Amino acid sequence: MTGAPSETIKQTLDDPRLQLAIYTASGRLMDHRATAVGAGVLPEYQDLRTQANLIKKHTIENLDYYLEQLEANVVAHGGKVVFCRDGQEVADFVLGLAKKNGARLIVKSKSMTSEEIHFNERLEHHQLEAVETDLGEYILQLAHQRPYHIVAPALHMTRYDVADVFTKRLGIEKEVVPENQTKIARAVLREKFLEADIGVTGANFLIADSGAVVVVENEGNARLSSSTPKIHIAVAGIEKLIPRAQDLAVFLDLLGRSATGQPLTVYTSFLSGPRRGEEVDGPDEFYLVLLDNGRTKLLTDPEKRQSLYCIRCGACLNHCPVYRKIGGHNYPWVYSGPIGAIITPQFHDITENGWLPFASSLCGACAEVCPVKIEIPKLLLKLRSEVTEAKQRQGTGGLERLAFRMFAWVMAHPKIYLLGGRIGAILAPLVPPLGPLKKWASQRTLPRPAKQSFHQMWAARKRT
Amino acid sequence: MKVSLFVTCIVDQVFPQVGIAMAEVLERLGYEVDFPPAQTCCGQPAFNSGYPQEARTVARHFLDVFRDSEYIVVPSGSCTSMITHHYEEIFKDDSKQLEQAHRVAPRVWEFSRFLLEVAKAEDVGARYDGVVTYHDSCHALRELRIKSGPRRLLAKVQGLTLREMDVAEECCGFGGTFSIKFPEVSGAMARTKIESIKKTEASTVVSIDSSCLMQLQGVIDRAGLPIRTLHLAEVLASR
Repeated sequence: MTGAPSETIKQTLDDPRLQLAIYTASGRLMDHRATAVGAGVLPEYQDLRTQANLIKKHTIENLDYYLEQLEANVVAHGGKVVFCRDGQEVADFVLGLAKKNGARLIVKSKSMTSEEIHFNERLEHHQLEAVETDLGEYILQLAHQRPYHIVAPALHMTRYDVADVFTKRLGIEKEVVPENQTKIARAVLREKFLEADIGVTGANFLIADSGAVVVVENEGNARLSSSTPKIHIAVAGIEKLIPRAQDLAVFLDLLGRSATGQPLTVYTSFLSGPRRGEEVDGPDEFYLVLLDNGRTKLLTDPEKRQSLYCIRCGACLNHCPVYRKIGGHNYPWVYSGPIGAIITPQFHDITENGWLPFASSLCGACAEVCPVKIEIPKLLLKLRSEVTEAKQRQGTGGLERLAFRMFAWVMAHPKIYLLGGRIGAILAPLVPPLGPLKKWASQRTLPRPAKQSFHQMWAARKRT
Repeated sequence: MKVSLFVTCIVDQVFPQVGIAMAEVLERLGYEVDFPPAQTCCGQPAFNSGYPQEARTVARHFLDVFRDSEYIVVPSGSCTSMITHHYEEIFKDDSKQLEQAHRVAPRVWEFSRFLLEVAKAEDVGARYDGVVTYHDSCHALRELRIKSGPRRLLAKVQGLTLREMDVAEECCGFGGTFSIKFPEVSGAMARTKIESIKKTEASTVVSIDSSCLMQLQGVIDRAGLPIRTLHLAEVLASR
C-alpha cells in the first residue's frame, strides 16, 4: 500500500509563494463562479444541476446505445470512429496515421484525456512532435511539468515564473508583462499552426444524435487546431456523451460558470466531420478516438459509476480546502482535487492509491458546487471502506483495524467506556503524547480530558 | 416536556461543561432534561475511517439507548448528521435496524435547531460581553443546512457583537482521523481559518461543534493568541 507523498506535500505547504499563488488563484475562481451562478443571475441554477445529473445518469446507464448512435452519425458525416482500450492503442493509431501521411508535427489544444494517456511522450519516442497550443499548457510543456489544475493548468505559476521559463526555453530576454508573454507565445504558435500536419483536440461533449464533437475554449487555439491542419483527430473519453443536441443547453450553461465564472466560454465549436463540398474551412480527414482506459470498469457499480458524470469544470478543486493547500502535483494522476481522489483509485489500483480517499476532511464543499451533482463525499467514504478491506486482504493495516474493533467494542459497553475514559484522564497529564496524539500535537496543543466526565458531572448534579 | 441529551463522546470526555450549559439552557426554557447514562458515541469515527462494520456496532448501541426518547438534543451538527443522514447507509442491508434508524432519526435535533424550531426560542435570556465570530461547521452547514439559526440566537444575546469572518464557511481542517492522518495539511487549514478570525478582532470564536473548536483552540494555543473558543450552548447559558 503506497502512502501519501508526505515529503513533497510538506514542501508545498512550506513554500509561502506557492501557497499564496494557489490560494489566490483558486479563490478568484471561487468568487467568479459564485457570481455567475448567483440567484440574481441564474435563478434556475439548481434545476440545471438536477437536469444535468439526470441526463448524465441516463447516458451512462445507456452508454452502449448512445455510443453506437454516435458512431453511426460521425460516419454519416464522413468521419471515422476509432475505439481505443488504452493510451497505447491511441498512440499506435496516431503513429500509423502519421506514417501514412508523412506527418511530422502535431498541434494540440488542451485535453485532459490526452494528458491522462501521456499522449505527447508516447509520440515523442517516435520523432513525432506534438506542440501544446493552449497558453497554460504551452508554458507547462516548456517547463516540462504536468497540469496543476484541470482547467487552469498553470494555476501555480506567477508571471515571474512564466518569464523564467520563457527565458530559459525560448532564449529571449526576461518579459514579465502577461500581455507581452501572450504575444510571444502567439508568435511561436502561429507558425506551428501553419506548419502542422495533424491537429488534435479533446472534446467537452459528444452529441450522439448529431454526431458532433463540442469543444469549448477561450483562446481560439482549439478552433485553429481542428481546422487548419489537413487531419483532425479528436480524442475523448467515452463518458463525454450526451444524447441530444438540445441537452447541450443545460451543460453549456453550467460548464463555463462552474469553471471560470463565464456564462459561456469565448469559443464553442461544433465539429462534425471533415470539410464537405463547397466548404472553405475544415480538415480533409476527421477521426474521433473514443477512449476507454478504465472507464468501462466503473460502469459495473451502480453507485460509483456516477464518477463518470464529471464534465471537468474544476470547481471541486477550487473549493477543496485540501487541494488549496497541497496543490495539484501531489496527486498521483493528472486529475487532482476531489474528483482525482475518487477516480484515481477506481481507474487504477485501489491499494496503490489508497491514501487518496482519506486526504479529505469530508467538508462537502466539492459536492455543493459540482454542476452534475456527483456525491463526492459519499464516494470517498465508500472508497475508504474498500481501501480498508483491500488492506485486510493484503494483511496490512492490522493495528488500525484492531484499534477500531476495540473502539466499537468499548462504545457498545458503556461501563468499559466510562472506565476507559477516566483512566485516560488520569494518564493524559502523566505520559507524553504517543501515536495519533503525537501527530495531533505536532500541529496543535492537545486538549486535556476533563477532570470529570459529563456522566460524572451529571450524576453529581442530580445528587444536589 | 421531556428532552433527552445525547452529549456525544467528545463533550462527555473533553468538554463536559458544554453538556451542562446545554442542559441549563433547556431547563431555563422549562424542559425536563433527561440523560440516558448508557450513551457513548454515534459511531462516526469508525464510519469516516472506512470501518462501517465497527460503526454499525456503535450505531446499534445508540439506537438501543435512545429507543424511547421523544426528543434527542445533540450539541453537534456532525454527530446529528451522522445519525440522521448516514445511519441510512450503515444499515442499508439490515432492514430491522434501518426501520429503527428511520424511527429515531426525526427525533434527533441539533441543539440550535431544537431551540428555534421546537422550543421556538430565539432569545434565551443570555448575556455575553464581547465581540464574537461564528464558525460554520461543515456537516451542520452542508448536510443539515444550518446557517442562519445560530447567528439568530447569537444576535439576541445581550452585550454580544457578532462580526463575520471572511471565510466562515471554510473547513477548520479537523475532519476526524484526517487531523492525524494528515496533520500538516490539517494544521495549515486551521491556520488559514485563524488568520480570518484574527482579522475580525473577535475575542471569541463560537461554533455548534466541539470538535472544530478543539482543532481551532489547539492551533490558537500553539500560536499563543488571546482568542477563546466557546460552544454556542456556553454562550447561551451565560448571563
